[in-house]
Amino acid sequence: MSSLLDIKDLHAGITDKPIINGLSLSINPGEVHAIMGPNGSGKSTLSYVLSGKSGYEVNGGEMLFEGQELAEMTPEARAIAGLFLAFQYPLEIPGVTNMTFLKTSLNAIRRGRGEEDMDAASFLRLAREKSRALGMDDDMLRRQLNVGFSGGEKKRNEILQMAMLEPKLAILDETDSGLDIDALKTVAEGVNALRSPERGMLVITHYQRLLDFIKPDVVHVMAKGQIVKSGGPELALELEKSGYAEYVGGADAASAGSPAHA
Amino acid sequence: MSEAKASMSEAKASIDKETVEQVAQFGGEHYKYGFTTEIDMDRVENGLSEDIIRFISAKKEEPQWLLDWRLDAYERWLTMEEPEWAHVDYPKIDYQDLCYYAAPKSMEDGPKSLDEVDPELLKTYKKLGIPLIEQEMLAGVRKVAVDAVFDSVSVGTTFRDELAKDGVIFCSFSEAVKEHPDLVQKYLGSVVPKSDNYFTALNSAVFSDGSFVYIPPGVRCPMELSTYFRINEANTGQFERTLVIADKGSYVSYLEGCTAPMRDENQLHAAVVELVALEDAEIKYSTVQNWYPGDADGKGGIYNFVTKRGDCREDRARISWTQVETGSAVTWKYPSCILRGDGSSGEFYSIAISNNLQQVDSGTKMIHLGKNTSSKIISKGISAGRSSNCYRGQVSVHPKAANARNFTQCDSLLIGDKCAAHTVPYIEAKNLSALLEHEATTSKISDDQLFFCQQRGLDAEEAVALIVNGFCRDVLQNLPMEFAVEAQQLVGISLEGSVG
Repeated sequence: MSSLLDIKDLHAGITDKPIINGLSLSINPGEVHAIMGPNGSGKSTLSYVLSGKSGYEVNGGEMLFEGQELAEMTPEARAIAGLFLAFQYPLEIPGVTNMTFLKTSLNAIRRGRGEEDMDAASFLRLAREKSRALGMDDDMLRRQLNVGFSGGEKKRNEILQMAMLEPKLAILDETDSGLDIDALKTVAEGVNALRSPERGMLVITHYQRLLDFIKPDVVHVMAKGQIVKSGGPELALELEKSGYAEYVGGADAASAGSPAHA
Repeated sequence: MSEAKASMSEAKASIDKETVEQVAQFGGEHYKYGFTTEIDMDRVENGLSEDIIRFISAKKEEPQWLLDWRLDAYERWLTMEEPEWAHVDYPKIDYQDLCYYAAPKSMEDGPKSLDEVDPELLKTYKKLGIPLIEQEMLAGVRKVAVDAVFDSVSVGTTFRDELAKDGVIFCSFSEAVKEHPDLVQKYLGSVVPKSDNYFTALNSAVFSDGSFVYIPPGVRCPMELSTYFRINEANTGQFERTLVIADKGSYVSYLEGCTAPMRDENQLHAAVVELVALEDAEIKYSTVQNWYPGDADGKGGIYNFVTKRGDCREDRARISWTQVETGSAVTWKYPSCILRGDGSSGEFYSIAISNNLQQVDSGTKMIHLGKNTSSKIISKGISAGRSSNCYRGQVSVHPKAANARNFTQCDSLLIGDKCAAHTVPYIEAKNLSALLEHEATTSKISDDQLFFCQQRGLDAEEAVALIVNGFCRDVLQNLPMEFAVEAQQLVGISLEGSVG
C-alpha cells in the first residue's frame, strides 16, 4: 500500500533541543488525520519540520512524501511536490496584493512541475471563483497580502491559497485559533469542500471544537514529541472530557513505534 | 538516523554552495550589460589641462563663448576641494589619470543620419535592448524616441523628424550648440551653476555630449523621450549634460538609462542634468540607473557622482523625479527641485538598492521659494550584502514661501545582518505657515516572510524579489508603463545572491 505521507521514528528539533522524539505517522490519500495535544507537545514543530522551515533539524528517522524523503528537499520543492501548510499566523507582505501573491505562487508551482504559467484571464476567473466559494468579496483579492486583515480573514485567505494550489497533502496548523464560531464554520466549510479521495489532510488543533466541523478519520494524541494514542473521532470527544493530563505524564511509557490507523 | 542527518547536511551544503556561486556570479553573468564593444576609438591622452579643454571644444567646433565658459569652470574647479561629507568611502581619484574624450572613429566626420551609424554600435545598442532603427520599434507599442550616448558622444537620435512636426527639439547636446545656440546659451548653467560643486565644475569644463530637449509652449510631447548612456572605453570618464526646457504649458516625460561593461578598475561618471519648467509646464524625469556595480568583492564599478536639478521657474510649474538606482559602486546623487514659481510643485520618488559592497548616498533637495509651493518625497532604500545605503534629504522653506507643504516618507529595508541603512533628513522652515511632515521606517525581511513565500513555491530569490517589489510599490507605480516592468525585473536581478 502506498501512503501519501509516511513518517517513521522521526527525531527533530531546534539546535540541541529535541522536540520530536521518535514520532511515527502514516496518512493515505483521502484521509483526514487530526493531531491533538497540549501546548508544547511538538504539534507546530511537526508542521514546520514537514514543510522545511529553517532552524529546525531532522536528527533521525524518515519522512517520506509519496516515497520521497522530505528532508532532502528545499521548502519550495516540497510545495511544488504538493505539500501545503496553512499557517497558524499567516504573514503580511506589504505592497504585494493578494492577487499578485496567488498568481506568483501558482505559477512558481506550475513552473516547478514543468507546466506553463497560467494565462492572466484563466487565472482571474479561477481566483474569483475560488474566493467567492469561500464567501470572500473580490475586494479581498486586491488588498495587500494579509495587511489589515482580521484573524478570520487571514485564515480564510490561507484556505483560498490552498484551494488555488490544490495540494496533495494539506497541513492545517491550528487553523481554528482566534476564530469566532461563524468564522470557524466558514473556514471548515472551505476545508471540507477540498476533501477528496486523492487529498490527505493533517489537522493540528488543541480543541475538539474544530473537529465538530471537520470530521477526521483518525485522531492522534501527541505528547512530548510522540504520538501516544490513536483512535477514531470518538477519541477527540474523550479528550474533551478528560483533558490531556493522563498523557502528559505518560508519554515515556507509551509505545512510539506503531503507526496507527483507524 | 545518521543517514538522514548526512543527507540533510549534504542538502544544506549544496544550498550553501549554490549561494556562494550565486554571489560569485552576481558580478559576472548576472550583470548582463557587462560586455565590451570592439570598435576603433578616437581618444585623447589621459590627463586634464586647458589644452584638453580647448581640444574638446575645437573638436566640437564650439563658439567662443562656450569655450570661455568651459575655461572659467576649469579655473574654478582648480580652486575647489572634492567633497567628503557624503557617507561613502573610496580611494582618491587621480584626475590626471583619466581620459576626457573618447569617441568612436566612425563618428569623426560629423553628424550622420541614423542609417550611417556604425553597425558595431547598432549591435551594441541592440544587445542593450535599445532600438536605434526606427522601423524596429514594435508596431502598436507607444513610441519612444531615443538619444544614445556612447562614451563621449551621441551616436544617434531617433524620431527627430516626427517630433519636429510638433516643434519639439530632441537632439544631442553638440548639435543643439550648433543649431540652437540661443536656447543653449540662455539656459545652460542657469539651474546648476558651473561652480555649484566640485563635480559640476569638472563637468562644465570637460563635458563632451548629452541630450537636449526643448518643448514649445502648449505642446504635449507626443512620445516618451529617452537617453541611454553607455560607457565602453576603459579608463574613461563620462561627463555628459542633459538640458530639458519645457516652455509655458507644455509637458514632457523623459527617461534615462545607463549601463557599462564590467571592468576591474573604477570609472568616473560625473553628469549634470538641468531641467527648466516654465509657467504651467510639467516635466517628468525617470532614471533607471544600472551602471556596472563592481564584483562581489567591490572590485571595479562606476563612481556615479551626478548633479541633477530642476527649476520650477514660473508659476504652477511641476517637476517630478523618479529614480531606480541599482548599479554603480559608489553613488552620490541628489535630484532636486527649486520651487521658485508660486504654486509650483516638486516630487521625488526613489528606489535605491545596494548589494555586495555598493555604497549609496542619495536623496533630494526641495527648495521652497514661492508661495503655495508643495513637494513630496518618497524614498525606498534597500540594503543587502555588506552595502551601505544612505538617504540624505533637505527640505528648505524660505521666508517668502507662505503655505509651503512637504510630505516626506523615507523607508529602509535591510536584507541580512551585514548591511547598513542611514537616514539624514535636513528640515529648515523659515516661514511659520509651512506644514512639513516626515515619516520614516526601517524594517527587515523576516525569515518567517521568506519561509511563507517558499512554502507557497517561490525560491528564496523569487521571494526576496516579490517582497522588495511590494516594498517599492509606491515608487514603481510612478514609472512610465514601458519601464515599470523592466524596473521590476531589475529589482530582482540586483538582489540576486543576497539571501543565503
